[in-house]
Amino acid sequence: MTTTPSDDVAIVATLDTSGLLCPLPVYKAALALQPLASGEVLELICTDPGSLADIPAMVRQRGDELLDTNQTDTTQVFLIRKGASL
Amino acid sequence: MTAPAQLAANSTQVEPGPKRIALVASKGTLDQAYPPLILAITAVSMGWEAGIYFTFYGLDILHKDRFEKLKVASLANPSGPIQPPNIVGAIPGATALATKTMKGWMERSAMPTLPEFIEMAQAGGVQFFACATTMGVMSVQESDLIDGCDIAGAAAFLDYAASADVQMFV
Repeated sequence: MTTTPSDDVAIVATLDTSGLLCPLPVYKAALALQPLASGEVLELICTDPGSLADIPAMVRQRGDELLDTNQTDTTQVFLIRKGASL
Repeated sequence: MTAPAQLAANSTQVEPGPKRIALVASKGTLDQAYPPLILAITAVSMGWEAGIYFTFYGLDILHKDRFEKLKVASLANPSGPIQPPNIVGAIPGATALATKTMKGWMERSAMPTLPEFIEMAQAGGVQFFACATTMGVMSVQESDLIDGCDIAGAAAFLDYAASADVQMFV
């Protein structure tokens, strides 16, 4: 369990990809980030164990920012701040 | 002797664009049709450019009458969804059973079907190259292919791949 510095982060959209495997969490996250303005935050819920590696990689490749990762036994919750480039 | 300033002026500084992946899809079995599409869909989701060169049996993935009927081999496929002895794998219906089993796995895992993956890739801007030589060898017409394919030979694809950061052969 990681600490959450996110109480003061305004989440503008939430996407739940529970039960979905690669490439769907990344694919759907990209679609969910599309309408967001640069700087806005998406909350992304994943259960695919691969997401622990995939979502940070996606964020790095897209130029977004991973604000927080909150991991429980079966679920990961990521806070992603949309970058400027996409 | 060339002055450093002159060298700098001569160098062609290209503005860095998005990353690019160039994939070759050479297999026409259902199980081998997924990986290039999954990688390409992931790439465009991350803001990359992605192109797939469909060649030899891989061209079936773009063939209107075939892409919904791709099969999983029941023979010579020791990792396949069913693993009968070869003599059993050869009987009629074994390929259909292997294919049905794989489709069942994918559905149970909430994975898109192959036609859905193709649609996702195209909607995301993945470029589909149809191998011109395969079309000639296997008598495939442009009208046999799904819409939105670019017919290309090896030189055209290599020209695309030369600017790619990642290249893979499936």
